[in-house]
Amino acid sequence: MTAILLTKNVHLSYGKKEALHGIDLDFDEHGITALIGPSGCGKSTFLRCLNRMNDLIPRTTVTGTFNFKGQDIYAPTTNLVELRKQIGMVFQQPNPFPFSVYENVTYGLRLTGHKDRQFLDEQVERSLKQAAVWDEVKDDLNKSALSFSGGQQQRICIARLLAVQPDIILLDEPTSALDPISSAQIETTLLALKNEYTIIIVTHNLQQASRIADKTAFMLNGNLVEFDLTSKMFTQPEQQDTSDYLNGKFG
Amino acid sequence: MDDIQSKLKSPSKASREDIFGRVISYTCIAAIILLVVSILYFIASRGLATFTSNHVNLISFLTGQEWNPGALDAHGHPQVGALPMIVTSFSVTVLSALVATPFAIAVALFMTDIAPKNGAKFLQPVIELLVGIPSVVYGFIGLTVVVPIIRQIFGGTGSGILAGTIVLFVMVLPTITSLSVDALRSIPSYFRSASLALGATRFQTIYKVLLRAAMPRLLTAVIFGMARAFGEALAVQMVIGNAVLMPHNLITPTSTLTSQLTTNIGNTIMGTLPNNALWSLALILLLMSLVFNLLIRYIGKRGAIKS
Repeated sequence: MTAILLTKNVHLSYGKKEALHGIDLDFDEHGITALIGPSGCGKSTFLRCLNRMNDLIPRTTVTGTFNFKGQDIYAPTTNLVELRKQIGMVFQQPNPFPFSVYENVTYGLRLTGHKDRQFLDEQVERSLKQAAVWDEVKDDLNKSALSFSGGQQQRICIARLLAVQPDIILLDEPTSALDPISSAQIETTLLALKNEYTIIIVTHNLQQASRIADKTAFMLNGNLVEFDLTSKMFTQPEQQDTSDYLNGKFG
Repeated sequence: MDDIQSKLKSPSKASREDIFGRVISYTCIAAIILLVVSILYFIASRGLATFTSNHVNLISFLTGQEWNPGALDAHGHPQVGALPMIVTSFSVTVLSALVATPFAIAVALFMTDIAPKNGAKFLQPVIELLVGIPSVVYGFIGLTVVVPIIRQIFGGTGSGILAGTIVLFVMVLPTITSLSVDALRSIPSYFRSASLALGATRFQTIYKVLLRAAMPRLLTAVIFGMARAFGEALAVQMVIGNAVLMPHNLITPTSTLTSQLTTNIGNTIMGTLPNNALWSLALILLLMSLVFNLLIRYIGKRGAIKS
């Protein structure tokens, strides 16, 4: 497997407070990497570095190298718009726009000037099928995306992202606001997507990480403690902290 | 035993206070309802007297162009055609709202999305100040600055719809701006993140998500502004020219419903046709503000974001 995204010595501070103290993580192409750790350990913060969503938070400084397909994410010449098309993000709360399902899914394509109706129709169908929500919404594409259930909304958000065909999909606790059945559907969707996309997921749910992730990274207090194959980490963790966390001694 | 019985049977102090409070608020509500109903009744009865006791034809009142309630025309009918005032009132209202809306939305976007910290800190007091300036001051500035400039550029007297529009533009700007700011602030920030994370620029996010999601409330803001423009009397009266003539262009002197009311209500005798005719104008104003209110409610209901 080749790594598509390499990060080295990542430090991040909010104002004077340092939240990440040097993280090195490489992400393989095609596959699911899970970031786990207790609340406040910096896993979401790290995730948001990868498509520069932290730029929106004032007084945030990020240092370290981020190499995405040979290109430096934080280089001054980086086109943020292009970057975010290649590294897309799904948020904790389902956040479809208050428009129709069709308009939600075509939003990213319309931004780049795609107007051909037939092409848009095809992309909507492909994306919604990939996100495993097509059967539930295909008769209501013109209904507001907000009229669907939380799990369906989250999968519509995934479809909205898939429509622009990103290389990497970042998911920030995508199921923590959903019920177990919807969560299971999202997990099935992600497993189906991992052959075509690189998926990085932040999760609070250890079982979820063990079910779907190929590799897992455990973070604690802004440090990376352990990064290994999921099967190995959940059975034979190398660090005592990892073992304690996985066994529920803290967190 | 008797002691406990009487205690249980008589209302406690708390429940007596509760009844007292309720009586006070019901009395106030009743007084306000009575007030509103009597205002409505008074305006309606006076306004309709033109048609019932003075036998003016409603159609000719709404479409006639001659306004001279004290005199009779060649056929012996009173000259009460309100069309010029209706047209002028609508013209200044619509024009000022049209001109003010882009400015208001631009300022609102600046305050909410482009410079949320410093922009809002600086512009908020400016807008509040604009609201607080009395309308006579606006009218006075219009009369001494705007009207002479128009006179210099276009000739004529300088008074008219253009001058009225300019004065009203400044007056409705803060109304539309502050309501637009509320509208844009009510859009959850996760719509912004979602759009940016899909590779949209800030402008695309504003244009395609924010303005669209806020549209019902922005429309409401514009209608509020129009309601204010429609009802503004004094400032408009000072710059409109006060000649009840059909406006042929934007710079001929004319008159709005409100300016006609403020100019003449003191010069007529209660119960006579000239007085009743003015009340009919007031009735039109009242009905229009009702229409504006219904529009606001209708748009607000239709556009509410369901979640």
